[in-house]
Parts: sequence; structure tokens; C-alpha cells
Amino acid sequence: MRDAIVAAFAIAGKDLRAELRSRTALVSALVFAALILVVFSFSRDPARLAPADLAPSALWITFAFAAMTALNRAFSVEREHAALDALLLAPIPRESIYLGKLLGNLAFVFAIEAVTLPLFAVFFNARIGASLGGLALTSVLATTGFVAVGTVFSAMTVRTRFAELMLPVLLLPFMIPPLIGAVQVTVRLFADRPLSEVVGWLRLLAVYDVVFVTLSLVVFPSVVDE
Amino acid sequence: MRPSEGPLLVAAGLSRSFGPLQALRGVDLSLAEGETLVVYGPNGAGKSTLLRLLAGIMRPTAGEIRVGGRLVRPGDPASRRGIGLVSHHSFLYDDLSLLDNLLFAARLYGVRDAASVASRALEEAGLGARVHESPRSLSRGLQQRVSIARALLHDPLLLLLDEPFTGLDGASAGRLRASLARRAGEGRAAVLVTHQLAEAWELATRVAVLSAGRWVLEEPRAGAYAAFAARAEALLHA
Repeated sequence: MRDAIVAAFAIAGKDLRAELRSRTALVSALVFAALILVVFSFSRDPARLAPADLAPSALWITFAFAAMTALNRAFSVEREHAALDALLLAPIPRESIYLGKLLGNLAFVFAIEAVTLPLFAVFFNARIGASLGGLALTSVLATTGFVAVGTVFSAMTVRTRFAELMLPVLLLPFMIPPLIGAVQVTVRLFADRPLSEVVGWLRLLAVYDVVFVTLSLVVFPSVVDE
Repeated sequence: MRPSEGPLLVAAGLSRSFGPLQALRGVDLSLAEGETLVVYGPNGAGKSTLLRLLAGIMRPTAGEIRVGGRLVRPGDPASRRGIGLVSHHSFLYDDLSLLDNLLFAARLYGVRDAASVASRALEEAGLGARVHESPRSLSRGLQQRVSIARALLHDPLLLLLDEPFTGLDGASAGRLRASLARRAGEGRAAVLVTHQLAEAWELATRVAVLSAGRWVLEEPRAGAYAAFAARAEALLHA
């Protein structure tokens, strides 16, 4: 078990090190996230729609599409020079590969979210200070859910000809439950509603995470084995 | 340590299909410690598929593989611990330095003192001055040297090599031959597949011919290369 976890961290560390060295996905995800925020911000008619009404949806659409950028690159880096074969040859469980990829993707998406959030606050004039703790928890729970599923789909589609097209097609239906939950919690957090109103949604997000991380661990070996 | 004495590698009834295409048909082979099997065959004969099966990367449609007496299965990571593979792909990440590439591989194999092992491997590959460069800055031949160093990091009992001389200059090819001969002397086994039999002939203790997925000839290396090559060509065109 210890070796499996060490291997997972080695894979996550490798992915982050490679990304820090190239910065290609990070920069494109951030530019993309900023672009979405700008479009949402300027497409709103200030006389008819208050920023607070649009803000939760805009925030989570931004996070979701930025995550897609991360997930698209998760296994495409393993396709170059057939590096995935080297991972499959290594004396580590297939589940370690999944966990490593999941951890790397989560770190990447959380980094994008952390940078995007202040931008969001500026564009939507949102006072996020009071709800920062709740937002962080919601972000962890919702992001883990769709990144867990997306990591499996990324592995599944990487050998297909249209990987970058197939991934969103497969993943978007599975993103809907965590996104609905996250938006519902965010609406209430921004409206300073009591904690009791969001506990149910947070529980739902947590259950989604447990179910889909477990399912992903189970199916991943058959996804990567030829 | 090996869990059992006996052949280091045993493959029995190994077959693999891709849909209607049968890439490998009932291959049986056995390899003892210190042996080097050179498998000769034309393009499309099933050589790379054979190596991927022996490495445990791909599941056979039928048959089984044992390395050191242990069944090689995707679900049993320990069964792959004693295997190294030099593929015709480099397995290197362009966005990592050469040193980081080897360090990562060493960590996956649980190599002790990974940093110094990885540095030494790059020194021995003649790339000690370029450890912080990206693989994309290297020529095909230099990348091949790093790939070989990567495959040998954990000192595998069984080394699988797919056209390993591709891109190597004379000196590098000579170094690889010396390394394989030294490993054979230490009881390590190797399976080398090639369509250029001449360059691997001297390394072989046994030679085999693979044609359209069939094991058409296998025998100890004896006699002159030219005589064997003529027989192999005759079999391939029969």
C-alpha cells in the first residue's frame, strides 16, 4: 500500500513538474478562464440583472471549462513517446496511475481556481471574503467530483482520434450533478444564508466524490489495459 | 531474488489478436539465465507485439508468461519488477529534463538512492553534461541512449529490446553490446527483436524467426551468420 501511494505521488509530482517547466496548459487555462469572466461580465445588462444573480453560474462555468483544459492534457502527455506504456510496465498498481493523475489534475485545477477567484471578485464586484471558507470547501468537493470522473474519461479517450472532442462529450453529463450542487451552495453563500441551508448540498457533493472516486478506481485498470 | 529456479522466462501458447487480425499465434519460448534470444522477423511479423506481451503491457488472447516463475499479469505489479523494456518509443517526457525523466523512472521502480543512480546512468550514457536538457534537444541516437539507460536503472532480470540499435552510432552500439554481454555474464537474460539480424548476431545465444505471428524457427546460435540468414530468408519467403 505504501509503495502504491509513493508511486501515485511520484506521478502527480512528475505531472506538476512538467507543467511548471512548460506552463502551456496553465497559461491557456488561465487565459480561457479570464476570457469567460470578461464575456459574462460585459454581456450582463446592469439595469436588469444584478451581479449576484449571475455570479455563481459564471464562477462555476469558468471553473468547469478550466478543468477541461487540465483533463485534456492529463493523458495526452503520456501519449507522446508512448510514456503510458512505461507507466503500465512499472511495478505499480494501475490504481496508483489513476490516483497520481487525479492528484496532479486536482492540484492543477485548484491552482487555476485560486488565481481565477480574485479575478471573479473584481469582475462581479463580489465580496468573497466572508464566504471564502465555504467557497473553498465547495470548490474542493465539487472539483474532486468532476475531476475524478474526467481523469478516467481522459484515459479512455486518449487513444481515440478525436480525444479533445470526445472528452467533453463524455464528461459533461457527469459534471452536471456536482455543478448544480456547487452553484446552489454558492448562491446561498453569496446571499449570506445560514449554514444549515447548504449542508445538504455539501453532503450530496461529498457522496458524489466517494461514489465516483471509488468507481473510477475500480474501472481504471480495465480502461488502460489492452 | 528469484522465487524459483528453472527458466527465467517461459511463454506458453502465446497468442494475441486485434479484432480479426492474429498478430501472434501460439508462441512457446523459454529462456534461461544468461541467455540472449534474438528474434528476427520482417516488419509486421509480430515482434513488437511479442515484446509488449512479455513486458505485461498487453494481455495475451491466449497463453501465459512467467518471469522468474511468477505469472506476469497486469493486476500483479510485482510480476513486472524484474522486467526492463527498450521500446522503439523513447518513453521520455519532453517537458522534463533528462535527469528528472530518469529520477521519475527510478522512483517508480523503488530504486534506492534514485538521484545518484539516475545521475550515474546518464554519465555512463555519455550525457553527464546535458542532464538538465530536455529530450527534445537530443538527436534520435542520444534519445535512444537515454532510453536504454532508463530501462537498465533497476537492473532487470529480463531485458526486452525492440530494435535497440536504431539511431545509435558505432561507438554507442558497441557500448550497448558490451553492456548486454556483461549483463549476460551476470545471469541476466534478454530478448532482442530486430529486422537487422546481422547487428545482433554476435549477442545471441539463441536465434528465432518470427513470420506472420508464427514462431517458424528457433535454435542455438551456431555456425556462420550468412548460413543462418539464408535459411531464415528461405523460411520467410516459403
